[in-house]
Amino acid sequence: MIKTFLSLEWKAFSRSASFKLNLALKIILGIIAAFYLVMILALGVSVFYMLKEKNLEPLSTVNKYLVYWWLLDLVIRYFLQKSPIMYVKPFLTLPIKKGKIVSFFLGKTAISFFNIYPAFFFLPFSIVLIVNGYPVMQVLSWHVAMLSLVFFNNYLNLLIDNLDRVFTAVLIVLVSFAVMQYYGWLDITIYSTPVFQAFYGYPILGFAMLLLPILLYRYCFSYFKNVLRTDEAVQPRLKEAQTENFTWLEKYGTLGTFLKNDIKLIIRNKRSKSTVLVSVLFLFYGILILTNKTHNSETWRLFAGLFITGGFLFTFGGYVPSWDSAYYPLLMSQNIRYKEYLTSKWWLIVIATFASMILASFYLFMGWKIYLAIIAAGIYNIGVNAHLVLLGGAYVKTPIDLAAGKKVFGDKKAFNVQTLLIALPKIVLPLLIFYIFYRNWNVTAGYLSVAILGILGLAFRNKMFRIIEHIYKKEKYATLAAYKQKN
Amino acid sequence: MNAMISIENLKKVYNGVTVLNIPHLEIPTGQSFGLVGNNGAGKTTLFSLVLDLIAPNTGTVSNNGIIVNESEDWKRFTGAFMDESFLISYLTPEEYFYFIGELRGLNKSDVNEFLQQFTELFNGEILNKRKYIRDLSKGNQKKAGIVGALIGYPQVIILDEPFANLDPTTQYRLKDIIRKFTAEKNTTFLISSHDLSHTTEVCSRIVVLNKGEITKDIQTNTETLKELEAFFSKGILEDTRRGDSINAVPFSNRL
Repeated sequence: MIKTFLSLEWKAFSRSASFKLNLALKIILGIIAAFYLVMILALGVSVFYMLKEKNLEPLSTVNKYLVYWWLLDLVIRYFLQKSPIMYVKPFLTLPIKKGKIVSFFLGKTAISFFNIYPAFFFLPFSIVLIVNGYPVMQVLSWHVAMLSLVFFNNYLNLLIDNLDRVFTAVLIVLVSFAVMQYYGWLDITIYSTPVFQAFYGYPILGFAMLLLPILLYRYCFSYFKNVLRTDEAVQPRLKEAQTENFTWLEKYGTLGTFLKNDIKLIIRNKRSKSTVLVSVLFLFYGILILTNKTHNSETWRLFAGLFITGGFLFTFGGYVPSWDSAYYPLLMSQNIRYKEYLTSKWWLIVIATFASMILASFYLFMGWKIYLAIIAAGIYNIGVNAHLVLLGGAYVKTPIDLAAGKKVFGDKKAFNVQTLLIALPKIVLPLLIFYIFYRNWNVTAGYLSVAILGILGLAFRNKMFRIIEHIYKKEKYATLAAYKQKN
Repeated sequence: MNAMISIENLKKVYNGVTVLNIPHLEIPTGQSFGLVGNNGAGKTTLFSLVLDLIAPNTGTVSNNGIIVNESEDWKRFTGAFMDESFLISYLTPEEYFYFIGELRGLNKSDVNEFLQQFTELFNGEILNKRKYIRDLSKGNQKKAGIVGALIGYPQVIILDEPFANLDPTTQYRLKDIIRKFTAEKNTTFLISSHDLSHTTEVCSRIVVLNKGEITKDIQTNTETLKELEAFFSKGILEDTRRGDSINAVPFSNRL
């Protein structure tokens, strides 16, 4: 049975529409992964001797920092580890036990770079410990505990992906820890170090840690098995439709019609809702980067400003027109001009960027110069980047499943050479312009130049729109064909 | 009668295989044009070309004198429902109708008035149910899509397989609506179907597509259904005579 599943997996991979892109991407990812693995391996072998040289007890020093690794691992997994997709529907009516489908699915997640790389550190490190006379049983227990944590994260990430409440809970815990740590109210390592140390000190504890991933696996198993049974189609969780009218938008004609639709699109679909929520988080990006002394230069302020005001622009705007992929043929055969369609999206982005600029006024507490950088970046975002994301969207061509709430960042297919080329000027160009004027004159000239660039972009709006419209028209058939392939 | 839709030298090739090849076809204004053919005959391809959703390899489609892939002006007087990609799943049916109505220059009360003639068709399952289109059944989604295509009385209405997935009562009602539209509004319909009897009942002209080419072009009369049935079962009968078909061969002979 497993052999059949595996061969189906291979076919799904090699026959997918984006296979060539996939393969190239996988090769590049493979090279990067190999590089990191070698680095981690080197660290695992040498860290013991490096710490010894500094007269630190190697194991307890490592234990002190392990909690950071563990939490970071979870965060990285959330953004990078794709939860494997299995198209289970066709199997449900075939004579295959549901348990088998679920255990294959869960087993598949275990074979991942994210579960293998820790071994490249812990295995050599444990061996070095034993070679240097640490008791075998205790080292083994510690090692088992680490292994358990790895797989605990693996299945926790799976639940985070699929269950909103787990995601919220983990997010709250992580953020509150991070904030407390950042302001020095609490040092988690004080509490965590003895725990990690205990896995070594009391072998029974280390081995008991195995229960953690096993229990979580069983929970996942029963959860996913249940999901298989109560298919959405069998037990529809019908929410009564909201019927907002947004009548105040009607006076804007066709533009209002589209804006109305876009607002409904955002608030009624899981995927778009979570994207917009993420874009709000961008507002606080500056706190992270600007309170750091090394990053508090004028150029970094502008860099932060681009992200603070550009959250919606980058996360939502970057996927125009994919948000409408499910009904793109309708839009293409209705009495709609591309220009009207694009203008509505443009306004949405501009309004959101403008709102971000106003909301970001709390940065005034960190100094008016920082806010000045944010204003300049905001104007650039409105004048130039708002056009650039629309332009880039013509090449994205990734159909979006609106009902799926997962992986706001996870669509690797969205990366291709054109989007990358268009993404560059969004960040690099303003920084470059700023730097030139800042070096030759002063900071004000730098910010002013960026803002003027933005205003120029606004002034040439119609010209920009004509170009974008032309490209959308040229890409129309390819886009329609790509959206048809839901995979 | 002048031609509403006129097709010249139209050809569509996928991977070296010609899936559609129509040297010449004219559909006059007010005609209800039925397109029948087996799976893969090119029906959906033809409609997609008329709607400019795919690009032809050669040739042109003109809709009321406008070449569809050169100007977008034909969109003002054309309505279409092909499949679920013509529905906006997160809207309620009313919102969907208003959306399309607004694009065709109708306000809410215009749309409400227009929708009244469909009370029977909707059978109380579409309007005021506080449900999003994604939560409707397949059949009701289809009804919403078809009515969406009719909003504002477009001069040309394209429906791909409108009878499939509908219950028998709705099929009859839909046929009535199509007849009413042609009689009162002189609407040009382009309808594709597998169902020969529905098509002959409602269409004044039937074109048979086979492997991308027009093999029959008949004005509907009392004999049309028989003619079509004979055409589509021809292959099977011949096979039976030659003994190719396993089912036609007596069981004992197969041993």
